[in-house]
Amino acid sequence: MERKLVCISCPLGCRLTVTWQNETDITVSGNKCAKGESYAREEILAPKRVVTATVAVTAEAGGAETGRAAAGAAANGGPAAGQAASPEPRRLPVKTSAPLLKEHIPALLNELYRMETKPPLRCGDVLLKDIAGTGVDLVATRSLKAK
Amino acid sequence: MREKHTDAVVIGGGSAGLAAASRIAAEGFSVTVLERESQPGGILNQCIHNGFGLQRFKEDLSGPEYAERFIDLVEKQDNVEVLLETTALEVSPGPVHAVYGYSRHTGVTRIDARAIVLAMGCRERNRGNIGIPGTRPSGVFTAGLAQRLINIDGFIPGRRAVILGSGDIGLIMARRCTWVGMEVLAVIEIQSYPSGLTRNIVQCLNDFGIPLYLSHTVSAIHGRDRVSGVTVTPMEEGKSAAAKSFDLECDTILLSVGLIPDNELSRKFGVHLNPETGGAFVDAGLMSSVPGVFACGNVLHVHDLVDYVSEESERCASYVIEYLRGEYPARHQPVSAGANVKYVIPNRYLPEMTNRFYLRSLIVKNKAELIVTLDGEPLKRKKLAHVQPSEMVSFSLDAADLPRISEPEEKRLEVSIV
Amino acid sequence: MKNDIYDVAIVGAGVVGASIARKLSSYDCTTVVLEKEWDVSFGVSKTNSGIVHGGFHYPTSLLKGRLEAAGTIMFEKLQQELHFPFQRCGILVVAFTVEEMKTIERLYMQGVENRVIGLELCNRDRIHALESKLNADVVGGLHAPSGGVIEPYRFVFSLIESARKNGVELQTRFKVVKTENEGEHFLLHAEDGRRLQARYLVNAAGLYADELSAACGAEAFRIIPRKGQEFLLDRNAAGLPGKVIFPVPAPNSKGILVIPTPEGTCMVGPTAVEQEDKEDLSTTRDNFEAIFHSARRLIPKISERDIITAFAGLRPALKGGDFYIAVSEKQPRLIQVAGIQSPGLTAAPAIGEYVKDLLKSAGLVLTERADYDPLILEVPRIRKISPYEADTLLENDPAYGEIVCRCESVSEAEIVAAIRRGHTTMDSIKFYTRAQMGRCQGGFCSYKIMKILMRETGMSIEEITKRGGESRLITDRVGALTVHPPTTPGKKQSAGEAEQ
Repeated sequence: MERKLVCISCPLGCRLTVTWQNETDITVSGNKCAKGESYAREEILAPKRVVTATVAVTAEAGGAETGRAAAGAAANGGPAAGQAASPEPRRLPVKTSAPLLKEHIPALLNELYRMETKPPLRCGDVLLKDIAGTGVDLVATRSLKAK
Repeated sequence: MREKHTDAVVIGGGSAGLAAASRIAAEGFSVTVLERESQPGGILNQCIHNGFGLQRFKEDLSGPEYAERFIDLVEKQDNVEVLLETTALEVSPGPVHAVYGYSRHTGVTRIDARAIVLAMGCRERNRGNIGIPGTRPSGVFTAGLAQRLINIDGFIPGRRAVILGSGDIGLIMARRCTWVGMEVLAVIEIQSYPSGLTRNIVQCLNDFGIPLYLSHTVSAIHGRDRVSGVTVTPMEEGKSAAAKSFDLECDTILLSVGLIPDNELSRKFGVHLNPETGGAFVDAGLMSSVPGVFACGNVLHVHDLVDYVSEESERCASYVIEYLRGEYPARHQPVSAGANVKYVIPNRYLPEMTNRFYLRSLIVKNKAELIVTLDGEPLKRKKLAHVQPSEMVSFSLDAADLPRISEPEEKRLEVSIV
Repeated sequence: MKNDIYDVAIVGAGVVGASIARKLSSYDCTTVVLEKEWDVSFGVSKTNSGIVHGGFHYPTSLLKGRLEAAGTIMFEKLQQELHFPFQRCGILVVAFTVEEMKTIERLYMQGVENRVIGLELCNRDRIHALESKLNADVVGGLHAPSGGVIEPYRFVFSLIESARKNGVELQTRFKVVKTENEGEHFLLHAEDGRRLQARYLVNAAGLYADELSAACGAEAFRIIPRKGQEFLLDRNAAGLPGKVIFPVPAPNSKGILVIPTPEGTCMVGPTAVEQEDKEDLSTTRDNFEAIFHSARRLIPKISERDIITAFAGLRPALKGGDFYIAVSEKQPRLIQVAGIQSPGLTAAPAIGEYVKDLLKSAGLVLTERADYDPLILEVPRIRKISPYEADTLLENDPAYGEIVCRCESVSEAEIVAAIRRGHTTMDSIKFYTRAQMGRCQGGFCSYKIMKILMRETGMSIEEITKRGGESRLITDRVGALTVHPPTTPGKKQSAGEAEQ
């Protein structure tokens, strides 16, 4: 069997041709580096993708999330009226430490949207270990200072 | 009014501003960075996907990770001060420039500096600019705004989206929207080829079965209060084939139709702008028509890769340093865009140094050639496997490539693509 | 909820209803303004061209001619009291031929008859000296220094603010669906169940004046929506004139104009096309070239490249073309104020006076209030003041230092001022402050404005709308929608693309 693919390992996007009889007999051509070879194999056998998403950071009191509470303070002429919305990001960007099997992606996303993190955190900290037994972790991609 | 004195003011604390500030400060000069958001990093903060830093760091980083490399650098430098939630609203140019930064925390601060680096980035082309007819419901967003809302604020702009424009921002958002549970019905592209990277077509569209309609446009928006749908029309030989239009029901439209360098402030204080780029006219040291005012990054011209933004900004910093040392060469020779070239930056070159040029092609071609002529005579050729307008081309000319030129001679460099 | 019977209920909070409300607020009567939209000035007045006319287009035999002449001279005083953006920059009506100059002379004579001050017949040299960007082919024209430009929604907002300051009540989202005459007063039913009683009713319902009249059992007439499309050009457009430029008028249209705005932008238009639908505000590409062709005929430097946005509005056209402002003959306590097309905004202050007199003639006793205060507080605007003045302002209110809209230099304090005056939709805030009106059209400021709105009003993000109704911006928060596995890759239209 034969399939044409475009490699996504880097922006070059080599056009690859993969021919295979069975799982052990796969030939890849058109790649300019080894990454293309392994990408093509995986794409046939077990397609994977790096997942990037965001996870909720626990809201701090007085931030814009708690709109009604702050509005109450504002109505009393309190300082909340002049304050900026919460300065730290309310979403923490995250990524998988390596490409993850495509079939696990929806479940991972649904799970991480239910999570909450809070500062402090360093870029690279692990938030979920060994997703679905694949050995791939979910890591933070930015640092959050303690409040 | 608070007053500060510093050697250089950098307006914008994103990828360009941080790289420039860090390099200027490394040479011992004091730098103040004005950043209007509550955190530095600029647009990188919302670009949570990876693909950044492949050139510069040989790593596949997300936007925030890339930004953090520079934020960390700057934080360690005592002579860089980053003023957050501070907007530069006014500049009075002069032998010493006065920059007025507005902030709720510190009032209006007047910062006197001999050099200014413009690093404000760009804004997005919007519905008004491209004039999509129809009603004016809510639910029409530029792709960058939707990205900001989803990634930084955690707000989803709609349930069923159509995306106009197949540039990388539109493609990335097709995936992002899908990954927050929205339904993306289609990506519509007016050209006959997609303008984003092929890898993004694969991992943002094909992976999800999102159709890409090439040579199509959105010819009308429908919906009274909120978007209810769009009319999509194919283009045939450059004209819309209205009879073949079809409607898509959706509640959200994302526009990924181009970026424009954000030079409102620059224009206000007299910086001359190049209509081909939307950014300032600059000489070989990336200095604008206003002495001591430099520009780098997306505010100068729209870049494809942040790696090049960092490189350009650091080079710009080296010229700012020359200027601050009083060693800035006065005469610069002219550079022009020739056949099939939309623009070349910078607009001037200096024969005694290495000059690095960035340009964009007007045409799409495989096996093209870049030809540089000096006063009409061929000086350098470079083979280009593939050119298209959305991919920036760069090349360098060393002092060794260039002749000695003595005053008042002028030798024009022209860059063409054939 | 008051059970009292109001003296006057004004239906419609456009420039006409607002002017009447403000006039009545200086008297000792209870007045309520009922507006079906979520904010005032959201109907016909929202897309007004913003011209204060010169008083020469219509003879005084027409009511609209008389009211225009009376209204136009009232704007300086109003501006001093209400601080809306307004400039008496002047109007030029330009001619290209000797024939057209004859029409110009007729307009001049009409203006003189209407007692307009300062009108001038211009020859070629004079008219080009007055406006250097005119087409070189212009041979002469009419100069009306009495003409000017205004921001219509700021005008309406300030009229309402002043009226409310003096005791007039405003009820928005009040769409009158039924009216009953209970003898000495009307009982008005709103769509959402609210009810209200008033002795006198003023029908200033714009596009829906005919429907309200019918619901009251009063005169039958028909309002025909007449669409006008306009393009907004950038502040730095090369073709920006210093005065409003008119061509010689056609029988039923003033033509395509070039209209500077008090904020330094410029409008091109409006068109005039009748339609059936009172809610269809869609813009089209039809006539795009024709519009710009006409505009360039007046000012050659006008370019499509300077377009920031396009929009369309509907005029409430009435057969006969004159204003219909009269006590209803069928319902003696109903005052009809219908068919207010151009020069409606110019005439509005005079309409206020006129309707007040009609109410008196219909039996309403009006005594002036001793405590009437014509002034409203002027909200400082960062873009209008120097850094030094801003610094002083910031000492009292730090929110003036938080620049929310960078394109138009709008501070958080101004946005809060808008919200606290009841402007709680994104469009309302845009009209009050100019945030979202600039080059990026809200790209960088919308999310900031939404957060300020949430903080100030307690609204949740899903409740924030562009202009009320169903015009939400955000539908969900991240995490609320379940992510499903993708459907198998379907058909793709990408030419020459690899199968994955």
